[in-house]
Amino acid sequence: MPDTKPIPNEIPQLLVHEQADNVGVVVVEGLTAGTDMLCCVTHDNTTFRLTAKDDVPIGHKIALKDLKSGDTAMKYGEDIGKIIADIGQGEHVHTHNCKTKRW
Amino acid sequence: MASKYSNITVHGYRRENGRVGVRNHVLILPVDDISNAACEAVANNVKGTMAIPHAYGRLQFGEDLDVHFRTIIGTGANANVAAVVVIGIEPGWTKKIADGIRLTGKPVAEFSIEQKGDFETIRAASWAAKDFVHHATEMQREECSINELWVSTKCGESDTTTGLGSCPTVGNMFDKLLPEGITGFFGETSEITGAEHICKQRAATPEVGERWYKMWKAYQDDVIFAHQTNDLSDSQPTRGNIEGGLTTIEEKALGNLEKIGRTSSYIDILEPAEAPGKGNGLYFMDSSSAAAECVTLMAAGGAVIHTFPTGQGNVVGNPIVPVIKITANPRTVRTMAEHVDVDVSGILRREQTIEEAGDALIEMIRRTSNGRNTAAEALGHREFSMTKLYRSA
Repeated sequence: MPDTKPIPNEIPQLLVHEQADNVGVVVVEGLTAGTDMLCCVTHDNTTFRLTAKDDVPIGHKIALKDLKSGDTAMKYGEDIGKIIADIGQGEHVHTHNCKTKRW
Repeated sequence: MASKYSNITVHGYRRENGRVGVRNHVLILPVDDISNAACEAVANNVKGTMAIPHAYGRLQFGEDLDVHFRTIIGTGANANVAAVVVIGIEPGWTKKIADGIRLTGKPVAEFSIEQKGDFETIRAASWAAKDFVHHATEMQREECSINELWVSTKCGESDTTTGLGSCPTVGNMFDKLLPEGITGFFGETSEITGAEHICKQRAATPEVGERWYKMWKAYQDDVIFAHQTNDLSDSQPTRGNIEGGLTTIEEKALGNLEKIGRTSSYIDILEPAEAPGKGNGLYFMDSSSAAAECVTLMAAGGAVIHTFPTGQGNVVGNPIVPVIKITANPRTVRTMAEHVDVDVSGILRREQTIEEAGDALIEMIRRTSNGRNTAAEALGHREFSMTKLYRSA
């Protein structure tokens, strides 16, 4: 697994665990809507860009693509719960639109 | 096979039973809640001792009493402890605990309060405690291999950065040091919910995995489903977890499991506070996910160093075991720096690799073993919390 430092001069705003994931994690403080984010998939250090559509606190998640109610949220390449309200690409994903399937 | 981790040595205390400790405490250990006052008085009389007051120890029975005894005996038996004064209200259980600790070969003295009162007990116990301080303070650290350490882990105030940074750092440490022969502990039974299918597969053999799954399922059925009043949304994830960006128990569990790395597998399942019995390797201890309870149980099982990844900033410590705090959250590094031992926030900026972070943690384990006080030790965090399985009689 690549575990190198690919981007010496630019700090990513969003980290994604696996290619199969449809959400990523904001890793900077004070991210505002409209930010053109550098996104990095930590598994293979590939990068891409995505525009944040909401102000999202550090540690919170952003949808990598449009998600529909009933879809499965994927992180670590695994099922982390169900989407319970439609979410647009770049929007905040949290308890208001995503819920465990356990209870 | 020799690696760059094979020759790391630490300066620890070699105990009578051969185990290696990294601290040299003289404990004044209450059997029960009503002996706390006498223990604290002895610790006040004799400098260089430490009382560990706690809330239970009377009218417990069955499995709950077994956990209590194992926790108290295991705490006294821990290799970070040089000698123990045990004080209980009556002689029976006091002797049971003292004899349990004596199996290690370390000096133990026992005192009971009934028929004597606090004054006479404190007087006699203070003499024993003073002798033990003289004994302990003449002990010398000696060179030991890092593979002789028993290292536990449990994370707290988790957020999404623990799964990205601090938990994989601990996992990388285990992947490097378990092959060298250390003994490791992880647990937090309730926090595996959501990733139980993965945890089951991380057992060294299918038989161990089946036993693990039965243990986890019993917890789910007997504790969670038997006592739940709502859908647990207020407890798992916690409010702090949610503030930190964790949305579901599955997401939390997947991050938690990063603590056992990529290649490590567990060789056996331990009851709460049980000591490993199958040689070196990684063990899963059936344990609460509450920080102080879990660290207390793992210390009673024999861990001498605890590695504690945190996201939002858990401040827990333990009376006898140094708790090393690791965080990848840059906001926590900024706002709670006094609690952080290993800052791995460079992982989030992609300035530091997991490989480098794992090495930084191993270096902090080495320095902590050699005597460096952790943030929790410097700040006086000595949380000692007994696990209670059900109501006392």
